[in-house]
Amino acid sequence: MYEGVIQDLIDELGRLPGVGPKGAQRIAFHLLNADSADVKRLADSLIEVKDKVHFCKTCYNVAQAEQCRICADVRRELTAICVVEEPKDVIAVERTREFRGRYHVLGGAINPMEGIGPDDLRIKELMVRLGDDTITEVILAMDPNVEGEATASYLARIIKPMGIKTSRLASGLPVGGDLEYADEITLGRAFEDRRPLDG
Amino acid sequence: MLRTHKLGEADRIVTFLTHHFGQVRAVAKGVRKTNSRFGARVEPFAHVAVQFHQGRGNLDTVTQVITHDAFGGDISRDYGRYTTGSAMLEIAERLTNHEREPAVDQYMLLLGGLRALSKQEHASGLILDAYLLRSMAVAGWAMAFDDCAKCGVPGPHGAFALSAGGVVCPNCRPAGAANPAPQSLELIGALLSSDWAVADASDERTRREVAGLTAAFAQYHLESGLRSLRLVDRTEQVQEADTPPRGES
Repeated sequence: MYEGVIQDLIDELGRLPGVGPKGAQRIAFHLLNADSADVKRLADSLIEVKDKVHFCKTCYNVAQAEQCRICADVRRELTAICVVEEPKDVIAVERTREFRGRYHVLGGAINPMEGIGPDDLRIKELMVRLGDDTITEVILAMDPNVEGEATASYLARIIKPMGIKTSRLASGLPVGGDLEYADEITLGRAFEDRRPLDG
Repeated sequence: MLRTHKLGEADRIVTFLTHHFGQVRAVAKGVRKTNSRFGARVEPFAHVAVQFHQGRGNLDTVTQVITHDAFGGDISRDYGRYTTGSAMLEIAERLTNHEREPAVDQYMLLLGGLRALSKQEHASGLILDAYLLRSMAVAGWAMAFDDCAKCGVPGPHGAFALSAGGVVCPNCRPAGAANPAPQSLELIGALLSSDWAVADASDERTRREVAGLTAAFAQYHLESGLRSLRLVDRTEQVQEADTPPRGES
């Protein structure tokens, strides 16, 4: 145990995700040895991010204004919504440059064992957005795991009666990999979601 | 496989219910990456053969996984089955919470329950209630549905008391005991004895009453709430109130 403010800093750092007691100690001593200007810049960034970053009032992505830059961009398509679990998933989809519509961030996936049900996610907000006649397509881009699949099933079930085209991201083989190394579940999904080739 | 927790950047802590060693928790490294060798196999509901490496720490490390039955695919495609299966996993986890203490009966019960659920052999609610009643019985909390739970006087009896452990005779009946329909007690007996012909023929009202009794019975004797039970979806269709008609935003 260290004394006073050093131990306070180690305790605070140790509360961060993925940082254990040893890691917290290493970061604390790195900060002690660093330039004052560097440490001040880090501290200012932490305070600034808490002050300035909010959730977009439309899609619940992180934003510095009322709306995120994607919702505020008039060049984006208004007819399609891609539904994701977390704000970091928006960045992952944006990196593909394949989707030109807008997003909706649920804030997680349905997980009854953790006590997370549909009412704990931003599903009602999504349904309100879908009430607008301009939206004709919803792409469900939850994680390809049991919780993500179940959340997609639930959403598909409640969106279907609204007559909106609903699709789920395909699962299958990673590009650049060898078929022989694919596990049977992923390969099975790839067969289920196989697509016809023209010509 | 009962449950997974995220750990660090790409790992998971996985809770298994094993045939020979009861509940085992282990770290599955790198399974959240898309290029993981066995990430797709390390999912709740999966029935797998798993190899652990015992390290110096508290948790073993998963080194190899082979799939026997990937129940998760079928179960997660249907929201009702998913919530039902999640409740079964939570009950199994709660009833086998002593790590590495063999629980072969609980293991076999859960495996049979998940198989029936994934293949839709019966209504999801009936599978859950049958599993709940039988797993509680294996754990030492068998619900009395015929003879008096307190004095053993042969039934049938009409009153039901959670604190007593099931039906009670008029002499043992405590204040506030419930009076379930005779058909509900018959259904409980059928679920406990695997008489699926009787169970499948039961009506919706009886099933609802039995669901309430079994859930209350489990939560009373486990002395705490089961988080997933309140989220079990026993309806085939989501309530229409959840889907506002277009234009009414």
